[in-house]
Amino acid sequence: MSDTGFLAILIQMVGSTLRVSTPLLFASLGGLMSERSGVVNIALEGMMLIGAFAAATVAFVTHSPWLGAAAGMGAGLLLAACYGLFVIQLRADQIVAGTAINMLAAGITPFLSKIFFESTGSTPSLPLDDRFQSAPIWIAWILVIVCWAWVNFTPTGVWLRFAGEKPEALQSAGISVIRVRWCAVLASGVLAGLGGASLSIFLASSFSRNMTAGRGFMALAALIFGKWRPGPTAVACLLFGFADALQIRLQGVVLWGTEPVPVQFIQILPYIATVLVLAGAVGKSRAPGALGVAFKKG
Amino acid sequence: MTFLRSRIFRSLQPLLAVLIGLVIGLLITRLAGENPWHVLKILINSAFGSRYDIGMTLFYATPLILTGLAVAIPFQAGLFNIGAEGQLTLGALAAAAVGCVFPDIPWPLAPVLAVLAAFFVGGFWGFIPGWLHAKRGSHEVINTIMLNFIAAGIASWVTLYVLKNPESQNPETKAVGAGYLIHHFQSFGDAPLSSAFVLAVVAAILVSVFLWRTVLGFQLRAVGQGESAARTAGIDSGKMKIIAMFLAGGLAGLVGVGEVLGNAGRFRLGFSPEYGFIGIAVALLGKNRPAGVVAAALLFGALHKGTSDLDLETENVTRDLSLILQALIILSVSAVGLWDWFNKGRPMVNGGRT
Repeated sequence: MSDTGFLAILIQMVGSTLRVSTPLLFASLGGLMSERSGVVNIALEGMMLIGAFAAATVAFVTHSPWLGAAAGMGAGLLLAACYGLFVIQLRADQIVAGTAINMLAAGITPFLSKIFFESTGSTPSLPLDDRFQSAPIWIAWILVIVCWAWVNFTPTGVWLRFAGEKPEALQSAGISVIRVRWCAVLASGVLAGLGGASLSIFLASSFSRNMTAGRGFMALAALIFGKWRPGPTAVACLLFGFADALQIRLQGVVLWGTEPVPVQFIQILPYIATVLVLAGAVGKSRAPGALGVAFKKG
Repeated sequence: MTFLRSRIFRSLQPLLAVLIGLVIGLLITRLAGENPWHVLKILINSAFGSRYDIGMTLFYATPLILTGLAVAIPFQAGLFNIGAEGQLTLGALAAAAVGCVFPDIPWPLAPVLAVLAAFFVGGFWGFIPGWLHAKRGSHEVINTIMLNFIAAGIASWVTLYVLKNPESQNPETKAVGAGYLIHHFQSFGDAPLSSAFVLAVVAAILVSVFLWRTVLGFQLRAVGQGESAARTAGIDSGKMKIIAMFLAGGLAGLVGVGEVLGNAGRFRLGFSPEYGFIGIAVALLGKNRPAGVVAAALLFGALHKGTSDLDLETENVTRDLSLILQALIILSVSAVGLWDWFNKGRPMVNGGRT
């Protein structure tokens, strides 16, 4: 392989890593909001899915990716409100309700696409002009910085962290834990919806059935891998994105012998890494103290 | 009086939740321009209308009994197993692998071997997060999610590279030997209902005996009800959690019996319409008790079969309605605050503040 060929491949890999990690970045920032406030969010998957659907639908109708993205955020917000209603107000188990929200999204998206487009599989394909070219990448990285600064250096960022670590202390300081958690969960829906939008109107050109394919869970893994901190979480998203890009690049490629590389092993690397991190093999990852515990005002 | 009222209420609660879920779900079909009453009739007719339909309902209920148990047992020990999907994938793959590698083993030894392979490989996949939780303190929810993906990767590799069926474009393994196949019950037409259903029901009975009639089962439940108290009483809580997760994985693995030996005769990638996740709903609705799990699995099996005919019989509603109905039922069961409010007549916000 010549040097220029190698350089070309390298540039191509960097580009595709940045692209495929963008939905993960949005979703894991969403997960960060919710989880730092003490609400486990395995519903990210469903929020991304419904965001992807809404974005592709509205972008198709209005021919504007920006309106599409807004619709994605709105849909994520709506689903997050539904999730918040159950886990914050009605104190449903967060894992159970999260699973249900994911099922709801998986069921409602083909249901709606059947009504709108007479097809349960997917939305109509978007022309190039109605899609994003590179904007979501920039927005995602700006949001990483904003999120990092906000969580660490602002009073409301401190509220967020206290709601997740010591909710009683926050409550006795006169700040409503319920309200902080509501805001955090809604924000996570907006971000996850944007992540879904970047999947359907940036990486792909339409919504297709179950197109998130576990990316919400992957974003959650990146969040844990990054120890619930914005910077390391973003790096984890890049790593996961790289594994994904590599796996796409090596699909069907014969590197040694006669058989193509079994890309499955590259695909599962991020998940193995997350298990190892959680087991303390690669530095201990500690969850927020009150994560997953419903807050009941005394 | 209030005690009595709340007892009656608690046993009615799952039924009420199903009712709420069904009513909201059917009202949603109204938005699609269908008559909810008509949709309901299709659901019931398609789930129970003929011997074949009943056979299919029971066929779908079989894996759900197993995955429901796979969620319920760890729950009794205070753990949340959302890894049943990965456990059943690898269990089914193991059953198929044994059948592909040793095709000449005769009946009845062959299915016994395949059942053991499915149980132990699934069990191993449950053991991992159980062990990690007990020994390394890592959260089982995240680990089981990760292991689901890892299992999917392994299954995809084995199916496409190691045991690939050379005669087909479908992602499936070679067929298992003829001695492995278990026969269908004759009285349900073409429905692939096999003794795997009996196996699942027997498993539920055994789990019930284990949890409520043995010392080990008692200790396991004690850990779930209060870990520190159980520890003080000298119970090895880590060991109980590992046992719970191993059993759960093993039972989920047995899903492979009905699918590989009783239905397809091979492992097919993506054969499970997320039985593992529906198992969460089944366990929850069944109050994490084996009898409840069986009842809930029958209901969800009926939902699955019932919605399968919607594609053809209605204009706008598809089988995806089953996902929506399941989600609504889970949400209704899980809303603690809602039930507090129903039960005590208190406002639902923040659990009874006025």
